[in-house]
Amino acid sequence: MTDRLESREKVTGAARYAYEYPLENPAYAAAVQSTIAKGEIAEVHADAALRIPGVLAVLSCENAPHLHDAGDAELALFQSRTVAYRGQFVAAVVAETLDIAREAARHVRVDYVSEPFDVRLSADDPRLYKPDKVNPVFPADTEQGDPEEAFTNSAVRVDATYTTPAEHNNPMEPHTTAAQWNDDGTLTLYDSTQGSSPTQETIAQVFGLDRTHVRVIAPHVGGGFGSKGTPRPNVVLAAMAAGAVGRPVKFAVPRQQMFATTGYRTPTIQRFRLGADADGTLNAIVHEVFEQSSTVTEFAEQTATPTRVVYRAANRRTAHRLARLDVPTPSWMRAPGETPGMFAQESAMDELAFAAGVDPVELRIRNDTDTEPESGLPFSSRNLVACLREGADRFGWEHRDPAPGVRWEGRKLVGMGVAASTYPAYMRPNKATARAEEDGTFTVRIAAADIGTGARTALTLIAAEALKADADRVTVEIGDSALPQATVAGGSAGTASWGTAVVRACESLRGKMNGSVPPGGLEASADTAAELEGRDAYARHAFGAQFSEVEVDADTGEVRVRRMLGVFAAGRIINPKTARSQFIGGMTMGIGMALMEESVMDPRFGDYVNRDLAQYHVPACADVRDIDAAWVEEADPHLNPMGSKGIGEIGIVGAAASVANAVHHATGVRVRDLPITPARLLPLL
Amino acid sequence: MDSEVTPVHTEITLVVNGTEHRLRVDTRASLLDTLREDLGLTGSKKGCDHGQCGACTVLLDGRRANACLALAVAHDGAEVVTVEGLARDGRLSPLQEAFIEQDGFQCGYCTPGQLCSATAVLDEADRGWPSAVTGDLSADPVLDDDEIRERMSGNLCRCGAYMGIVRAVREAARKTETEEARA
Ligand code: FES
Ligand code: FES
Repeated sequence: MTDRLESREKVTGAARYAYEYPLENPAYAAAVQSTIAKGEIAEVHADAALRIPGVLAVLSCENAPHLHDAGDAELALFQSRTVAYRGQFVAAVVAETLDIAREAARHVRVDYVSEPFDVRLSADDPRLYKPDKVNPVFPADTEQGDPEEAFTNSAVRVDATYTTPAEHNNPMEPHTTAAQWNDDGTLTLYDSTQGSSPTQETIAQVFGLDRTHVRVIAPHVGGGFGSKGTPRPNVVLAAMAAGAVGRPVKFAVPRQQMFATTGYRTPTIQRFRLGADADGTLNAIVHEVFEQSSTVTEFAEQTATPTRVVYRAANRRTAHRLARLDVPTPSWMRAPGETPGMFAQESAMDELAFAAGVDPVELRIRNDTDTEPESGLPFSSRNLVACLREGADRFGWEHRDPAPGVRWEGRKLVGMGVAASTYPAYMRPNKATARAEEDGTFTVRIAAADIGTGARTALTLIAAEALKADADRVTVEIGDSALPQATVAGGSAGTASWGTAVVRACESLRGKMNGSVPPGGLEASADTAAELEGRDAYARHAFGAQFSEVEVDADTGEVRVRRMLGVFAAGRIINPKTARSQFIGGMTMGIGMALMEESVMDPRFGDYVNRDLAQYHVPACADVRDIDAAWVEEADPHLNPMGSKGIGEIGIVGAAASVANAVHHATGVRVRDLPITPARLLPLL
Repeated sequence: MDSEVTPVHTEITLVVNGTEHRLRVDTRASLLDTLREDLGLTGSKKGCDHGQCGACTVLLDGRRANACLALAVAHDGAEVVTVEGLARDGRLSPLQEAFIEQDGFQCGYCTPGQLCSATAVLDEADRGWPSAVTGDLSADPVLDDDEIRERMSGNLCRCGAYMGIVRAVREAARKTETEEARA
């Protein structure tokens, strides 16, 4: 139960985030967004802005320096006259102060030639296509047996369509960069990033620099939830602006501009079919997904991939179809794929439980499997059943009367729901160094990121254990691309991936030390690339069971989550204190997904209309009454030296379905379209 | 030149965390930007710049306020306490300690606002101010969890640290009460 190591800095305001470094004579950038959804920029009128005292430069496609292709067309800032979505950055003003920059940005006039656009996702759009792969490297479609036939012949069938809306990550710290070009031609970025090494690599490519000529510094990051996993155009904008004015430039994307430019979770339409025997044993699982990307890049969310992992059935199919619309480019958001996909699957399982008259917990246990259903691989460990049993026990599931819509408490209807969750245990190659000093202290270095996950603390505990030293003798340095190269804080792979490199470096250091440290200290390094190549074939995933109790106001349709419990099987938990917070944080975001989060696309203008935190609702303090997280002991020798699986994402995965299932149990109404707002629910009560 | 875009500057005085500052501010500048950019007090955070998230909460003349919604020029002579002013002589306030103890944060970006807000919540309850969930408006409000959740709902935390935040405020309230009782 270790406190976060940077706790004191964070509660005293001393922890510096990207915008907050003292720079010499900084200038400030403000961006101009396109006001059309599709077309060409005819002309950029910068003169009025340039006449304002204090304005230093206006950048646009008319004067931007040439950039190099870094494999992400979103980063080709101001490189063409094409407008691909409304809200795209089309110009930037750099000025002496933020107030001047913002005012001047309003005076940049852009003339467009606009074209007809299409921003509507629908399952019968003729332009839907099958992508070559879904993120990151999964096949778009899979099929085994004869799912259609098996479904048709099943005694109990569920055939339902679920939708999830576009959702925005909305980390509390906006996407922020302070950029400075140094006299020797190198570039320093203070950036709100989930990975200083990957950002260094990408931005170096964009500006045609050697990787080592870019340094990215990010010791503290105000959340990301995926949206800071890859650099967004704002990073390029800051660096370009700094080059243009020959001074450091700071740019934080205003909250309203984040909705178009910093990524979001694609909306999904999902048809889910389950065919089962009378006792609920599954014969057929069919999951068809329709989702969107922009015309800029293909981002294919892996929505049906969890369906390939969780339940046994001889006949099965998954399919993804993508529409390239004139919309902002979707990106990573907490448990991409698993989160929307498991909402559909776990809602369908609840419908099946009801149709078959089987208890929802029991139904999931009945369809458990020893091997990963589609690959046939053994699981390195799988304790979904233990999570379900333990959770049911703790939550008081045995007292649940299965009949829906019958428990009144005054004018409130009350119900309980359950959902399974899963998330892959990924591992990525990393480098680290470990150093011993004569005075018995150690320093471990790796360009890992702590975006609020507790990574700094977890890595320190991991290093101390590997060094057989007290944690207070160990300093772990992270958050700087000048440190040994590390992968992104994403895919719940941070601690496992970085931790392995840290352990290997520490082991190697101990080997060298041989009990003593010579004058001047000793250092060892590690690279886990080779180690990861030779791993045995196992299906590696974390699992969980999530339970919700809701009350529904019969007169207003308002849903309140009274209690939520998640029980997880995620290998060894390194630091219970921060792990619990991560699980609970994920479930809190799951309440948002279930009840309030929705970015509404305006088909007339082609833009998300609710572009701030007053209109895009995230859970507030009063929305969270009682959320708890627990975990089952899980020893898994096939993962990594710590025996850990990632925990940053699984908390959100089953949360929304558990709430929706509880709403059904409370009211008898099945809501298949998120979020479950009063407007949606009340007419059905 | 349009007069509307020519910056106008005014001299003001701010007393921030007990230190007096004489400043020349753009009349458009928010108190938040003035603290962060002019005074280098970057503890107060900017999450939305629109009064919607609470990350910028400071104590302005003793009451909590969103510094992003306050124009600096309108607060000439004001006393401001930011998160940097909550600890005394390097000793953390009971709330700051409780936030650490209860893990009332993850990324820490909302935390300065939460702490300033919570500091005001303790004070408001102490003065007997009711909230929207207070049952008996004439009785002294008791900071139970419902009261804390209601009073802290102007401060968003996307990391979802609310469970820890509520525990921390509850604990600090109890500690402060005990100390007061002892005194
Ligand atoms: S920054 Fe002031 S309320 Fe959000
Ligand atoms: S701790 Fe990250 S937003 Fe609250």
